[in-house]
Amino acid sequence: MDVAIVGVGIHPFGRTPERSGLQQGAYAARAALKDAGVAWSDVQFAYGGSFSAGSADALVNELGLTGLPFTNVANGCATGGSSLMSAYSAIKSGEFDLGMVVGFDKHDRGAFNADPKSMGIGGWYGEAGLMLTTQFFAMKITKYMADYGVSKRALAKVSEKAFQNGALNPNAWRQTPIGEEEILNSMMVNDPLTKYMFCSPSEGGIALLVCRADQASKYTDKPVIIKGAALRSRRYGSFEVFAPSQALEHIAGPTVDASKAVFEMAGVGPGDIDVAQLQDTEAGAEIMHMSENGFCENGEQEHMLLNGETTINGRLPVNTDGGCIANGEPIGASGLRQIYENVVQLRGEAGARQVPDDPKLAYSHVYGAPGISAVTILQR
Amino acid sequence: MSAHDLTKPIGEGIFTWPSENPALLGSRCQDCGRAAFPPQTSCSACCSTRVEVEELPRQGTLWTYTIQRFMPKAPYNSGETQETFKPYGVGYVELPGGVRVEGRLTENDPEKLQIGMDMELVFYPYRTDPDGTEVINFAFSPVGSAADTGA
Repeated sequence: MDVAIVGVGIHPFGRTPERSGLQQGAYAARAALKDAGVAWSDVQFAYGGSFSAGSADALVNELGLTGLPFTNVANGCATGGSSLMSAYSAIKSGEFDLGMVVGFDKHDRGAFNADPKSMGIGGWYGEAGLMLTTQFFAMKITKYMADYGVSKRALAKVSEKAFQNGALNPNAWRQTPIGEEEILNSMMVNDPLTKYMFCSPSEGGIALLVCRADQASKYTDKPVIIKGAALRSRRYGSFEVFAPSQALEHIAGPTVDASKAVFEMAGVGPGDIDVAQLQDTEAGAEIMHMSENGFCENGEQEHMLLNGETTINGRLPVNTDGGCIANGEPIGASGLRQIYENVVQLRGEAGARQVPDDPKLAYSHVYGAPGISAVTILQR
Repeated sequence: MSAHDLTKPIGEGIFTWPSENPALLGSRCQDCGRAAFPPQTSCSACCSTRVEVEELPRQGTLWTYTIQRFMPKAPYNSGETQETFKPYGVGYVELPGGVRVEGRLTENDPEKLQIGMDMELVFYPYRTDPDGTEVINFAFSPVGSAADTGA
């Protein structure tokens, strides 16, 4: 049985001091209900997550105590992807007809400060100043640039595109274009990555309504079908965040594994994809994730970026809503933001940032600590 | 009373201390031969629980690196303040026959670091705890460079 997304809702990303994270989640949920034309009491089950803004199931206090089974999902940066996969399976099993997937968050300013002990690592690792995701991404791209000849200019092009796209997205946090030179000359954070190449923790909320595809026409005339969804964790030999040591041998990371699985599930290839949202925790991540997801060979990103092939009017538009760089990363909502953007693009409702020529297949990818990846392929 | 009575390693069981010639400690799988740092109770490659602790090599090559330019939030605990914080290098050093170990680098000038360069293990006083105990950390230093461990 196919599963369809029939309603989407968003609370704008960025900083909203007047609303709690939970209220931003409720705002998105109400928008999704309205989009699909259903009442909260029609929703048979829900999966949701937040990292820093409390339990997602507390949303029932805002939306109504209807008695539905509401499961909290906590899976780091893949929280949204995991919630969607759970809902997908619940519908596919035949147990339910209509459910909600919701994610929201509200983080403090500044880089995340993860606790090593929560990840099975000694406290010394944090005390010594090694427990930082920013360092990992900087070291991974340093190695990648040396191996495949990617330049700092290509890094700046990723950010420049993110801010350009953000400027076309009324729900984005950063809506002011920033040029290549200013990006390169901004404060160095973790060499070779500057301030404007990183995303920041932020706030926001997303909700989706999913149903049996054979009932989708009850809710919308533009259903979007989930053609595949896969989640993978790291295998021995992949280079991952929060690793005091790594193996001498090297194998592909969880993104490559999840990507292969989802393309097989959907029965399509990277060349068939019309629009892609790829985890861009920083500019280097987008570059590496282009090849890890199968969209190019290692090193090809250089000319693709310098030629603008991943801009909205390019051959393969990437991160059309500005990605994490322009939206920030509210962990619980971030992966679902990608799904929201792909649904809006496939419906042809993306306004100034609409990908031309009626996109039919959309791809989304998240990656996060301590080495997990969730990918999804949607089709209109 | 030896000087070591007033020192302690930053983490228990991650390197030999006190020792005349300290070394990082790793575990090596007795079934598949792979190593890990710090010692693990099982092998993350083959799932075996037959692992033994051993000293890791003290020299290797730089696999990748970055410079940490801002002071991390807690649990970072170096005794520094925002005013005294100095950027520090971080890298993975490939130890032959062992693993790639992540650690601070004594060098914080990216122009003086290069993938593939020879690195050696050093130990240095990292901070002093309120009770006067000196906390010892490990770092990797470019071979032949003056050991400036104040990073």
